[in-house]
Amino acid sequence: MTIIDYKVEDGCAILTWDEQGQPMNVLNGQSLAELDAGIARAVADDAVKGVVLTSGKQGIFVAGGDLKQIEALGSGPIDAADLLAKTSLVLDQLRRMETCGKPVVAAINGVCLGGGLEVALACHRRIAVDAPHAKIGLPEAGMGLMPGAGGTQRLPRLIGVQASLGLIMTGKQLSPDEALKQGVVHEVVPAEALLASAKRYITEGGSAVQPWDDKRYQVPGGGAESPKFMQTMMGTIAMTHMNTYGNMPSQQAILSSIYEGLGLPMDRAGKVETRYFITLLQDPTARSMLRTLFFSLQECQKGARRPKDVPRTTIKKIGIIGAGLMGQGIAQVSAKVGIDVVLLDRDQASADRGKERVASTLQRALEKGRTTQAKMDALLARIHATASYADLAGCDLVVEAVFEDRGIKATVTKAAEAVLGPDAVFATNTSGLPITGLAEASARPENFIGMHFFSPVERMQMVEVIMGEKTSQATLAKAWDFILAIKKAAIVVNDSPGFYTSRVFGTFITEGNQLLLEGVAPALIENAAKLAGMPMPPLSISDQVGLGTMHKVAQQAKKDHEAAGKEWKPSPAQGVIAKLIETYDRWGAYPPPKDDGTPRTPGGFYEYDGKTKRIWPELESALAEFIAQDAPQPTGDEVRQRYLFTQCLEAARCLEQGVITDVRDGDVGVIMAVGFPAFTGGPFTFIDNYGVAKFVADADALAAKYGERFSPPGLLRKMADEGKTFY
Amino acid sequence: MTECFIYDAVRTPRGKGRKKDGSLADATPLHLAKTVLSALPTRGNFDSAAIDDVILGCVEPVMEQGANIGRLAAMAAGFDESVPGFQVNRFCSSGLEAVNLAAAKIKAGDADVVIGGGVESMSRVPMGAAGGAWATDPAIAFPTHFVPQGVSADLLATLDGHTRHDVDSFAVESQRRAKQAWDEGRFAKSIVPVLDVIGVTMLAHDEFIRPETTVESLGKLEPSFKVMGENYGFDAVAIQRYPQVEAINHIHHAGNSSGIVDGASAVLLGNEAAGKRLGLTPRARIVTSYSIGTEPCLMLAGPAPSAQKALARAGLTAADIDIWEINEAFASVCLRFMSAMGITHEVTNVNGGAIAMGHPLGATGGMLVGTVLDELERRNLKRGLITLCVGAGMGTTTIIERV
Repeated sequence: MTIIDYKVEDGCAILTWDEQGQPMNVLNGQSLAELDAGIARAVADDAVKGVVLTSGKQGIFVAGGDLKQIEALGSGPIDAADLLAKTSLVLDQLRRMETCGKPVVAAINGVCLGGGLEVALACHRRIAVDAPHAKIGLPEAGMGLMPGAGGTQRLPRLIGVQASLGLIMTGKQLSPDEALKQGVVHEVVPAEALLASAKRYITEGGSAVQPWDDKRYQVPGGGAESPKFMQTMMGTIAMTHMNTYGNMPSQQAILSSIYEGLGLPMDRAGKVETRYFITLLQDPTARSMLRTLFFSLQECQKGARRPKDVPRTTIKKIGIIGAGLMGQGIAQVSAKVGIDVVLLDRDQASADRGKERVASTLQRALEKGRTTQAKMDALLARIHATASYADLAGCDLVVEAVFEDRGIKATVTKAAEAVLGPDAVFATNTSGLPITGLAEASARPENFIGMHFFSPVERMQMVEVIMGEKTSQATLAKAWDFILAIKKAAIVVNDSPGFYTSRVFGTFITEGNQLLLEGVAPALIENAAKLAGMPMPPLSISDQVGLGTMHKVAQQAKKDHEAAGKEWKPSPAQGVIAKLIETYDRWGAYPPPKDDGTPRTPGGFYEYDGKTKRIWPELESALAEFIAQDAPQPTGDEVRQRYLFTQCLEAARCLEQGVITDVRDGDVGVIMAVGFPAFTGGPFTFIDNYGVAKFVADADALAAKYGERFSPPGLLRKMADEGKTFY
Repeated sequence: MTECFIYDAVRTPRGKGRKKDGSLADATPLHLAKTVLSALPTRGNFDSAAIDDVILGCVEPVMEQGANIGRLAAMAAGFDESVPGFQVNRFCSSGLEAVNLAAAKIKAGDADVVIGGGVESMSRVPMGAAGGAWATDPAIAFPTHFVPQGVSADLLATLDGHTRHDVDSFAVESQRRAKQAWDEGRFAKSIVPVLDVIGVTMLAHDEFIRPETTVESLGKLEPSFKVMGENYGFDAVAIQRYPQVEAINHIHHAGNSSGIVDGASAVLLGNEAAGKRLGLTPRARIVTSYSIGTEPCLMLAGPAPSAQKALARAGLTAADIDIWEINEAFASVCLRFMSAMGITHEVTNVNGGAIAMGHPLGATGGMLVGTVLDELERRNLKRGLITLCVGAGMGTTTIIERV
């Protein structure tokens, strides 16, 4: 055997899982075959009373299934019958193990996830090491998958349907203590006592019968025939439908697997699960999510596209100019990983206020038990609030996060460069101003780069890095080194107004406005966006961002036009915002105070009443001059398609124009940064799965009906003609 | 094709469907069904051996109502052992469907005399007792956007723009009409009191009616399906199917929805020759019947499409119908039906309906046939149309015509 070592100690067969040359143990054909052989050998040996299954990896029991194997399976046509037969072998092996007649104990010495837990669930006793990092759970659902080695059958039978749904549907990972409380494991013991405890179960004559193989067995909380089970199914289906909009086949498959399997004997129940597992491989959702949100994201997290020939630098000290919301977030995540931070604002009070905000964020985390006083103190000690540019001396990198105004940005660029060393990188955090233009203020445009952070910085994993025309590879490498240091993922894009993510996202907002102008019911505009999988619908976003912000952009454009001697004509969407503000004094969900300082009532496209909000009832009459009257109403599916298509088309244009150079970046970027629906796997994957030729044809049809913005770029037409796909 | 005639129609009074105080809660569904079945040969003075089949509708055909209550009730009624029986389930229109099936057998020439009707003891076999896959099996709940019926009723009202005042006013009128109908004895011809095993009357009138109901008194009732809809995700599921709806207006409650009651019905149908042979006088003929499927999440919009289809198949129009009966499952169902058919409340549910008197699920369809026939005779009118909304998105209609 090469993966699972077999030895006998004190009448117990000790099976030690340790796949050489791999950082982790994963469930695969070879390891399972060896497990099966090990069990058979132990059963045949009269001197052996029972089996202890453990792992030779430090801190890891078995980390799950082999995702590469699953992704590979999913990339081509699937022979369902063959896959059913192969997976059935796995289930049969685990079934043989739990009915082998001798007690099998899982000595869970560390992380026990997915397939790892499924193997452990087929053991008669689970003893976990007392270490909080030893996470236990079935995380498959998070990747659009589901447990496929008996997990959806054994866990409900072990801890009840309701409790198991709470774990399987969410992919929640438990600490050993939590797992003990939930009944997933029987014991939690210190590391040094693990093997001894496992052996003791065997030598003291522990049962070799699973609860569900006992004649008197009943599913905890009620089995398939119970009214409780029916209520649980009905309620869970409704809540799942509500939350997923029917876009997540894995959630439905898990529910079906439990619903259909619970009343069957274990030998039959596994096959039900396998069938549903295979449906997930037959559908593009799971493999698309797996590719983008696991493999491609991992590349973005590891810096796969960082210039390889530039040596790594350790970022020790950074400067942040602008102690507003973004500056605070960047300061917090940087100081958290041990980087010294100079937090600079135009006066000391503003800088101090920024640091205080970081402190209060941390205080809340402390109250929730997410940090310790010592960690919080150390973090804050690394943030130096100042109004003096001289303090930026010695920074490896400076992030400018001031207001989106070219003039101010130019001023701070010059002021910072005056004290920075020649190798220091100057990064500007902007959501859309072209970097090459901003770099004109810099004496060292090769050191100048764009770094588009997303709010809230503490939670958003993604950074969009923008190359200016003159940005050097060394600067890019250093920017990567900073981003990796603060444990974020990045995509690298080329300069263009709005870059990549904002451009794609902008088309979504535009489409919402367009629908409003066409006379589509506001409820339909909003609900269809949610059906499309967007986390927040467009009119809600406008209210949240603030209508004033958008109004200001339009007013600036008006000023620019008039200064250049050109005539200014606002777009209808700009007209809508201007009307809401100027005639109705509606500024959105968080309106600024009036000129005399009195607060305004929140209200924009929506009316706000404490926790609830409703579309402003007068919206359509107030905007009658802009909105088409008595317009025919499209179906939800038509609106949904428009939202997805307009974003996918913009993404394709960005690729065609060289704004992005890698479709994996393109897919990951908009999902992680601006909430493009994750179940699609990203815009490029969406187009591939839709079928490029069909996408082009449908986009042309939309263009004929709704305008040029739906006209597919040449790149897509060419791909359709040549029968090519992005992946 | 052979004509099918209605020779008689009977029903029990409707008892509150509650074990603690429902007058029929101590009568088994078998006893209720026996009561109406045995009345027919007695009233018609013929030998039960002439009956070719007994078809009973039942929506929760489990427990005491399980295992083919059609045959069991025929035996309990003392029918000749040659009389077979079976049970059908088309949810709320089961009783009407039983009549339609009976008529179809007769029209096809496969039977001479058939009883169609239904039974439901909602106090003894509660709603939902039969379980079923719709709400709990993801394979059907997800694609059809399952929501409980009350949420569908509120969705229907929201889509149609009906207010709480609209549905409450309708409910109050139903109570007023039911009271008047009882006061004037308009149901007397069809009512068979339920007697217990020692011959003492258990119930001789519909006991669910609340004639004192006003729009003001109904205004005090909390909506019944708001919590279900808002806290358990069902409103969201319905809105995903109807994204033009911003929020569901929950306006239905116990006072403007059908009452939960116990009861049974039986309609005696036969061809002309059998009627002559048994010495029975035909009262009306079954013109046509039609059941249809409609969108299941909205669920309750089936009556108008089924009625339109039935009218078209009979070569009739709405103007040819003298009185209309739409089961008052929920007030919004009736409001939609009347507006879709272009008819007024004046000619619809003229003696009140299930909001006032209750809806004993499987029995109701058969009851409504008798109610309409009695009223056509009382008014000396010709045609009536009976329709019900049906769970899972269906509608059933039957048109009858006096002869």
